[in-house]
Amino acid sequence: MATLIRRGKIANPSQPEAGEVLRLEPGDDPAKVAERLGAVARVEVNFPKFTDGRGYSIARLLRERHGYQGELRAVGDVLRDQIFYLARCGFDAFLLREDQDAGEALSAFNDFSEAYQASVERPEPLYRRR
Amino acid sequence: MYLYDTIDQKIVDERVAQFRDQTRRFLAGQLSEDDFRPLRLQNGLYIQRYAPMLRVAIPYGILSSKQLRMLAHIARKYDRGYGHFSTRQNIQYNWPTLEAAPDILADLASVQMHAIQTSGNCVRNITADHFGGVARDEIVDSFVWCEILRQWSTFHPEFAYLPRKFKIAVNGAETDRAATFLHDIGLHAIREIVPDPILAKKGSDPIFQDIGFRVIVGGGMGRTPVIGQVIREFLPWQHLLTYVEAILRVYNRYGRRDNMYKARIKILVKERGPENFRKEVEAEWQQLRDGPSTLTKAEVRRVESRFVWPRYEALEDLYLAPSGAFGTWMKRNVFPHKRPGYVAVTLSLKKTGVPPGDATDGQMEAIADLADRYSFGELRVTHEQNLVFADVRQDRLEALWQELKALGVATPNIGLLTNIIACPGGDFCSLANAKSIPVAEAIQRLFDDLDYLHDIGDLDLNISGCINSCGHHHVGHIGVLGVDKQGAEFYQITIGGNQGKRGGLTPGGQTPASVGKVIGPAFAQHEVPWVVQRLIEVYLQEREGEDERFVDCAHRLGIEPFKQNVYGHADSPRQDREPVPA
Repeated sequence: MATLIRRGKIANPSQPEAGEVLRLEPGDDPAKVAERLGAVARVEVNFPKFTDGRGYSIARLLRERHGYQGELRAVGDVLRDQIFYLARCGFDAFLLREDQDAGEALSAFNDFSEAYQASVERPEPLYRRR
Repeated sequence: MYLYDTIDQKIVDERVAQFRDQTRRFLAGQLSEDDFRPLRLQNGLYIQRYAPMLRVAIPYGILSSKQLRMLAHIARKYDRGYGHFSTRQNIQYNWPTLEAAPDILADLASVQMHAIQTSGNCVRNITADHFGGVARDEIVDSFVWCEILRQWSTFHPEFAYLPRKFKIAVNGAETDRAATFLHDIGLHAIREIVPDPILAKKGSDPIFQDIGFRVIVGGGMGRTPVIGQVIREFLPWQHLLTYVEAILRVYNRYGRRDNMYKARIKILVKERGPENFRKEVEAEWQQLRDGPSTLTKAEVRRVESRFVWPRYEALEDLYLAPSGAFGTWMKRNVFPHKRPGYVAVTLSLKKTGVPPGDATDGQMEAIADLADRYSFGELRVTHEQNLVFADVRQDRLEALWQELKALGVATPNIGLLTNIIACPGGDFCSLANAKSIPVAEAIQRLFDDLDYLHDIGDLDLNISGCINSCGHHHVGHIGVLGVDKQGAEFYQITIGGNQGKRGGLTPGGQTPASVGKVIGPAFAQHEVPWVVQRLIEVYLQEREGEDERFVDCAHRLGIEPFKQNVYGHADSPRQDREPVPA
């Protein structure tokens, strides 16, 4: 079964999830749904294949350009080894592909302790903090 | 060269730990081949014909002697005692094992090196002019900007899964020695033409006020060779990262992902039209501009201050007019320097009988020692697969030449026909249709007469074993491409390609870079040297003085006379297949 994780914790599967869900596919344009963002419970961005990197740009646009503050969930081909980058681009919930080990995936948040670029997690690039 | 601080080191060390864990999970069967492939590729690890190949990054081609010694150590310990310097200014090992890869990466990290993003669909190693900082026609030393781009591109979270690979080249001189028009992004570091007297009066630091970049996109080789388009004439330096980020974001979102042969940015630029593409980039940039990724003067100074710059002595230029073998070598392999009393020296890795770009562990160690003694302990790798000592004292040139000769790296052929660029080809690469190395060797053997070679003059001959064009055949004055015909290896010949280095840009921003034209049906391997000979024959007969290079002559005459002398020649092996009207 696919497990939902957040930074540092495995989500409780029995907890009911309510509210409207907005689901975006890789080809969707976040600008076209910007007005709806205030009204939804969460946004899901689908990764049909983990090698399709369009969802990373979608996440940053949702967070940085359209000011989306709510839950941003990566769904689909979501694997342990992409979680670090996904989190930096603004995802805060990860519905793992079924074969993924949730415990392993939780350790991915600690792959690196520093990063050079500005990101959703740390809006200042390293050189402004160095 | 740039020296890591503790954060740079930590990031590279953490990468080693990450890849060690990924490799462990793969070998334990917890990570499938499909899930592991992009991860290993982003660490430069291919699965090749005989063994994995590891491509190690040499950022913008600069190496310290200490790093070169480590590369020698790796060649000896994990490989078969040699390495191959590539057209990306990197080094490749053809015989490591997957199990050893994490240890190799750890060894590299101990000398501030890595294999990060040397493959995969991400931003690759930034390449640059190998005479950066020393060339007399230099406008801006590009290495500081290359390092800023290196840090920006390293583990960029948004651009690790692009539609296809992405290559950036930076050139800071009048002459383009980095083939910038043949990259996904080419950057010319330039100075703004109009000075700003107000800023100068206010006492502002004039050093960076005027620096900026000409931005070129959509160039590339491969299956569809394209000369890049200038989309911005002048981008002030503060905006370098936000602008490049805007280009990458447009590409990441809209680049084609349905067909890997149409996935490079050049296809997107072509399909949308350069003007529409430029508008999209500018619109995206307006959103990012002046944001947190805007560069600061403090950061440029910080990066600059972490570079170790050569401590030149106050010297006078010497009058050097040597004759004989030393003179011949000086004419081809020595390059003028902007500091009086110094020159830059190219070490040829193109000795006949040695695969182009290859060096043994022993050679690497000896070269490292020479770099310490003659060139401030530093050297560069060129995209033409040679090495450069950038800061050699003129009064020690002859002594250096003697030592280089003893090592077999003083072949006086830089810029000449035998300075062949060649990929590893079918001997190693699993993508190749045909071999490259034996073709290069056969051509070098045929053209072994130095006087004849020097008479032919400047000529780039480039060989690729397949259409991926790692051997840059499209921009060879003579290009040789390995093709597969019903399972047999054949070679297609092109003429008139040009990487664009001589003379830089015209005032209208036009580049001399061009893509070669195919002269006709392909040849068998043993016939290729004969064909090259026929092409040279036409050139020597038709050239208008010694200043007209082969490529200029080919452009002036078109391919017809060359074609005629190849296919219409009495001894032509292809005569029967391709009758050419007189």
